[in-house]
Amino acid sequence: MPFIPHTERDVEQMLAAIGADSIEDLFDEIPQHLRCGELEKIPAGMNEMEITRLMRERAAQDGTPLCFLGAGAYEHHIPAAVWEITTRGEFYSAYTPYQAEASQGTLQLLYEYQTMMASLMTMDVSNASLYDGASALAEAVLMAVRANRQSKSRKILMPRTVNPVYRSVTEAIVKNQAIELIDVPFDPLTGQTDLSALAQYAGEDYAALVIPQPNFFGVLEQVDELTAWAAENKMLSIAVVNPLAMSLLKPAGEWADLGVDIVCGEGQPLGVPLASGGPYFGFMCCKQVHVRQMPGRIIGRTIDLEGKQGFTLTLQAREQHIRRSKATSNICTNQGLLVTAATIHMSLLGPEGLRRAALNSHQNTQLLKQRLTKINGVKAVFSSAVFHECVISLEADVAPLIDQLAKNHHILAGFSLQENYPELGNALLVCATETRTEQDIETYAVVLDKLINS
Amino acid sequence: MLIFEHSHEGRASNAQLSAEVPMPASLPASALRTSKPLLPEVSEMQVVRHFTRLSQKNFSIDTHFYPLGSCTMKYNPRACNTLASLPEFTGRHPLGPSLHGQGFLACMFELQEMLKEVTGMKAVSLSPAAGAQGEFAGVAMIKAYHDSRNDTARCEILVPDAAHGTNPASAVMCGYKVREIPTGKNGDVDLEALKKAVGPHTAGIMLTNPSTLGVFDRKIKDIADTVHQAGGLLYYDGANLNAILGKVRPGDMGFDVIHMNLHKTFSTPHGGGGPGAGPVGVSERLKPYLPVPMIAQKGETYVLIDEQDCPQTIGRMSAFAGNAGVLLRAYIYAKMLGREGMSRVADYATLNANYLLKRLMAVGYQAAYPDRRATHEFILTLKKQAKEHNVTAMDVAKRLLDYDFHAPTTYFPLLIAECLLIEPTETEAKETLDGFIDTMAIILEEAKTDGAMLKQAPYKLPVRRLDDVKAVKQLDVVWTNKEESA
Repeated sequence: MPFIPHTERDVEQMLAAIGADSIEDLFDEIPQHLRCGELEKIPAGMNEMEITRLMRERAAQDGTPLCFLGAGAYEHHIPAAVWEITTRGEFYSAYTPYQAEASQGTLQLLYEYQTMMASLMTMDVSNASLYDGASALAEAVLMAVRANRQSKSRKILMPRTVNPVYRSVTEAIVKNQAIELIDVPFDPLTGQTDLSALAQYAGEDYAALVIPQPNFFGVLEQVDELTAWAAENKMLSIAVVNPLAMSLLKPAGEWADLGVDIVCGEGQPLGVPLASGGPYFGFMCCKQVHVRQMPGRIIGRTIDLEGKQGFTLTLQAREQHIRRSKATSNICTNQGLLVTAATIHMSLLGPEGLRRAALNSHQNTQLLKQRLTKINGVKAVFSSAVFHECVISLEADVAPLIDQLAKNHHILAGFSLQENYPELGNALLVCATETRTEQDIETYAVVLDKLINS
Repeated sequence: MLIFEHSHEGRASNAQLSAEVPMPASLPASALRTSKPLLPEVSEMQVVRHFTRLSQKNFSIDTHFYPLGSCTMKYNPRACNTLASLPEFTGRHPLGPSLHGQGFLACMFELQEMLKEVTGMKAVSLSPAAGAQGEFAGVAMIKAYHDSRNDTARCEILVPDAAHGTNPASAVMCGYKVREIPTGKNGDVDLEALKKAVGPHTAGIMLTNPSTLGVFDRKIKDIADTVHQAGGLLYYDGANLNAILGKVRPGDMGFDVIHMNLHKTFSTPHGGGGPGAGPVGVSERLKPYLPVPMIAQKGETYVLIDEQDCPQTIGRMSAFAGNAGVLLRAYIYAKMLGREGMSRVADYATLNANYLLKRLMAVGYQAAYPDRRATHEFILTLKKQAKEHNVTAMDVAKRLLDYDFHAPTTYFPLLIAECLLIEPTETEAKETLDGFIDTMAIILEEAKTDGAMLKQAPYKLPVRRLDDVKAVKQLDVVWTNKEESA
């Protein structure tokens, strides 16, 4: 019996203590007509050797293609120590730290995490995680509607340069509360949110403006202007950022000097592997004044009854297990283990390591852009500066090229923008992080050239 | 000591640094960061030692008996982690072509099919990231269903008073009002009160069965009929699925939609507070509304299906396909259990709970429902001890920590005074349970003879009882390097 330790003798003794004749007797309160028979469609069990063989076969089917694909999930170097320590049983198999005295390891780590994230974003406070970047943006929108006391609006200005899937997740989560997302167009030359288009909304009542950095095209937005504009128009500002980029670029808490109200995003670039899209973790930081509107767990430092420093869950009066229907969010289980990995990752890289990873990613993407646009028929689409992704356009349909590169050359060529941004033509979003080499880029370029020019 | 207090300017984990490159002209100076973030500057060994030591301050399943009620803290098989961490799986980009994902997608498709079979539902979506997100998806589907029929007067979700806090919170996130239904004397839902509460405004009811009171609601069929006849739908909170795996299926009980907590029933790690996975299953009529993406089989290949294939979907809950790595671990676990293993989980979880209950009653504890069978968990009430010795459930919980046992869930469900909700799970051996019983007997004796001592427990942990009030009033959630280290 996998994972069940009972011997026949144990069972006999336990049943005797209970006063039951059989284990079956213990289910006598379940009405007989509801009982199910054998679960025929579940296959027979496997031992560890058998499941190992199966999973190795399955893994081998997937292979390890050369990756120039980003679009919200990025391949970065993760130090060996990160997951070695994260998967220690004491972190891996513990639960939410409800018993603080027996969870000081997790709690202190989360406090350290909050400090690192708040500092990376230059914000006052951080929570202890949300599910992922997209759902974090949805929570930030809900929070902004609660927190903006100067506004009665349930409308949010949402640039089209925000990751399309983030916009659709946010829509799915907030629409049931009658919150409306208003599209803001981008400048087709720069790929930045169009400040002149924004002017038409000035003086009207909106709860918040969302500001991506970098945006979905990899392009750097005019974050100072956008932040200032939101404040002038009594809107809260919600930044949605790549956390690695914040080690190199001006952090959200310093935009327009006054800083944004809320910053959120996807934590995956901080030590979490690609792993088919999850588990990742969402992060959220805000100004002190909004802390009581923040969703998710928050850890505080306090003292014990001998005056010694300790850590505990705090501001729990915001949460579902206390406030039930009046909670700031329904979130309970969040992404603790991923935050454990991110905290160790940030500690190992330090300020210099993160900055260099960001800078090398930027450099490699510049190199990729230069090399690919040398190919006949390949052009850069936008003129603005980028972080570690850029948009190129081809003369032919992108989808079949992506398929061919994957199938015949084991290269993930990038993300097709044709479906979400048809106005950009045959556009492809490409990415080269610090893990790509000049040789990798050359390999990609040579194959692409051959495919489109022969 | 905090990691920041180990930091020295100019020190680094040098093996982790990428090449030094000059600042390129391609980034405008105005866009750049000028301040250095407060991240530790430490060596690799310092990091490893600091976090290894921190881990040692935790209780966990791997180190302790962890009978936290409603959380199903069972053994997390190591094979699940090792195999889900094969480099092809961890390296797979979520937007990569399905061609480079046939192995992964095959696992996901088979998991969907297995979850359909164990729940008796007609279709399953794996995408919700945790139980609460599964609840949100479930209630959103109920709303989409009523909306599609222009049945828009249904504005209320019924929730028993014993429900998890996530239930009412999820209903509100979907724009519903919440009405509480009381529990009857014997622990079952008060059917008469339910009959009075339902009507044309009822969108549905959210139920856990067995409930958080540790008993199986015997009148589940009447509840289902009452709500269905009023035009409402039934939501099943799968938090307690461990109790009934392979015994009775939510689909057969009449539920329209359910979520499962794979981090409970399917033994994926709790990770110090996540990640979880909260797949949802539905009856025929809710199928069109399932969240995307889902996995389908087209001929010989597996593909992700999305909004284009499911135009009535409630949409996406996360950027990609949910907590894929958690789902992989659950798949591996389910494959190892197999057909016979499923009902064995319920068998031994229930055996352990009933044994613990009977023996704890024998040493002098009071059960909240002494005449009922325990399911996979049960409730003790310390009302008597509180009254006679001024010793609370919290005191007993804290004292257990001194004896190297994690505490049960305390003060939940809210309607039982001074309660401990105890869930041993099937993976604990009899001698562990016996050790726990002996300790509980000792603590009961301590309560009688030295209650004041219990009020100060724990004594042997890294910290003593913490000042939660100070933590709220003098909010300190971010360390700053201006202050002296404590």
